Amino acid sequence: MAKVIFDEERCKGCELCTTVCPKDIVVMAKDRINSKGYHPATVMEMDKCIGCAFCARICPDVVIEVEK
Amino acid sequence: MAKVFERPKSLTDKPFHYCPGCAHGIVHRLVAEVMDELGVQDSTIGVAPVGCAVFAYDYFNCDMHEASHGRAPAVATGIKRVHPDKVVFTYQGDGDLASIGLAEITHAATRGEKFTTIFINNAIYGMTGGQMAPTTLLDQVTTTSPYGRSGDREGYPIRISEMLSTLEGVAYIARVSVHDIKNITNAKRAIKKAFEVQLEGKGFALVEVLSTCPTNWGMDPIEAFKWLEENMIPYYPLGTFKEVK
Amino acid sequence: MAKVLMKGNEAIAEAAIQAGCRYFFGYPITPQNEIPAYMAKKLPKIGGTFIQAESEVSAINMVYGASGAGARVMTSSSSPGISLKQEGISYIAGAELPCMIVNIVRGGPGLGSIQPAQSDYFQATKGGGHGDYHMVVLAPATLQEAVNLVMEGFDIADQYRNPVMLLGDGMLGQMMEPVEFSAYEGRDLPPKTWATTGYDGSRQRNIINSLYIDPKALEEHVQKIYEKYKAIERDEVKVECYNCEGAEIIVAAYGTTSRIVKKVISMAKAEGIDVGLIRPITLWPFPYSTFSEWADREHVKAFLSVEMSMGQMVEDVRLGVDGKRPVYFYGRTGGMVPHPDAILEEIKRIRGDV
Repeated sequence: MAKVIFDEERCKGCELCTTVCPKDIVVMAKDRINSKGYHPATVMEMDKCIGCAFCARICPDVVIEVEK
Repeated sequence: MAKVFERPKSLTDKPFHYCPGCAHGIVHRLVAEVMDELGVQDSTIGVAPVGCAVFAYDYFNCDMHEASHGRAPAVATGIKRVHPDKVVFTYQGDGDLASIGLAEITHAATRGEKFTTIFINNAIYGMTGGQMAPTTLLDQVTTTSPYGRSGDREGYPIRISEMLSTLEGVAYIARVSVHDIKNITNAKRAIKKAFEVQLEGKGFALVEVLSTCPTNWGMDPIEAFKWLEENMIPYYPLGTFKEVK
Repeated sequence: MAKVLMKGNEAIAEAAIQAGCRYFFGYPITPQNEIPAYMAKKLPKIGGTFIQAESEVSAINMVYGASGAGARVMTSSSSPGISLKQEGISYIAGAELPCMIVNIVRGGPGLGSIQPAQSDYFQATKGGGHGDYHMVVLAPATLQEAVNLVMEGFDIADQYRNPVMLLGDGMLGQMMEPVEFSAYEGRDLPPKTWATTGYDGSRQRNIINSLYIDPKALEEHVQKIYEKYKAIERDEVKVECYNCEGAEIIVAAYGTTSRIVKKVISMAKAEGIDVGLIRPITLWPFPYSTFSEWADREHVKAFLSVEMSMGQMVEDVRLGVDGKRPVYFYGRTGGMVPHPDAILEEIKRIRGDV
């Protein structure tokens, strides 16, 4: 099992992470915005996460931490 | 569960001011990860000049020196000559390195100064609002090439890595990109190599990182990486241009 | 000609074009970026040439070349970039060449800030480069005045064969005001027989140069240049005296700051305090005699120089006042802009003293 943690306040909604997830589970949280006004990236189906950290490695703002 | 990916210690906690999707943020993290892995955070001195990365002294968690536009290689030379045992790097954009600072980078390279340069090539001036850079591609529209860059009016884009790799003092030069995971992996490997070349005292090392400027290119971050792949890489081929064994 | 609402930087660029400038060499630096961008857009359409040079050092040397070739040529930059141009400016003055240099001043020193400032006064008026020389330095307070001064500035440069600087600031460059480009008939100027146009035997060889290996020859050359400067000091001083008649305190201020002072004058009047303003428009040649004459007036008790710096023009005000009255200074720097209340406070403090 693996887990990704998003520091939502740092996210600028650039969506790059959503383009590299091999499991296609990284999405933009359309139900909320952070204090900068961006929809933060998030993962709904955490159980599918394999902890590859692709999302974290392309993130330009070091928003994502990964545990495995 | 253990942490497999987290913020490198060689980055401060300060959020980046860069535009959404700007590749600067990725490269900052790669450099910091390399500093962590080589265990050199406490012996590194970084030099950041004018450009979007002008605030790098807020982000790299080591001693930093703010250089004037184009002069980082000269400043880095001064620092490295005072502390030959320390790790010194410059982090420069294309306006800084390839335009106003071309003399400084060329002579630092040919002197074989033992510091590492991270050269961000995003083919435009970001901080000042989208002017043409020496690496702006032909036909690319900017605020100072409003009709699209043309060879006979604005001259031709400069391939820095190839040019500097002809100089004797150079020990390592590579051009990489960060537009996808595979390339980010290669970029980190090249950056690490460039720092190792310095640690081994072999001479001048430079990594040219093809990067994006979504705001001034007028694209969203995903389009920008696509544009980079389709337009910049053909003109700026990736690879290692010099590697002294 | 109808008025048009324009940003300061763009009005300055358009004024240069209307004055016949067809060559512009620049480099990106905030807060003047709209000038090169405007020139990049317009010059190619009218047979002109815009080049973004690799640096400001290179840009001023492109100006040096184009001017020596007889063209009307301009460059613009902001404080740090103007520092890089100083060697070139000294050469241009030494070789007696005309050109227009625009400095949209920002907070300094060093990388400084990008907000408005006036801390380049010494560099502009006392000569930032080496050797004995002066630029004519024009300091507009409104965008219309900037337009007028650019157009006249090119003529002054050609007439005296000397570099001319338009000293603006980040606020003037970035704000918008209605401006009018009325037909400026301009001075009648001699042909540029000295320009490098190709030695075809019809005239002597033209050599643009500032090297005089024989010191006696260099001294004569510099003294000849200073004859020009005497004429400029005699004929080209521009200054505005505002509400000085009967004023108890006269404030010295130029450019953006002078507009704030005019506000302070009306605030002071409401409190029964009579304050005047002497606004130098040419910072070189400086209006020393204007200050000297007002310092002789009985009702004038003191002078206050207000600047966006730590105090630079105040030294010239003291030279002009020549010890006849006390001269005080108030300023903000780094890009901070003085507040009318603070200036009025200072005036009241001085009245207490005086």
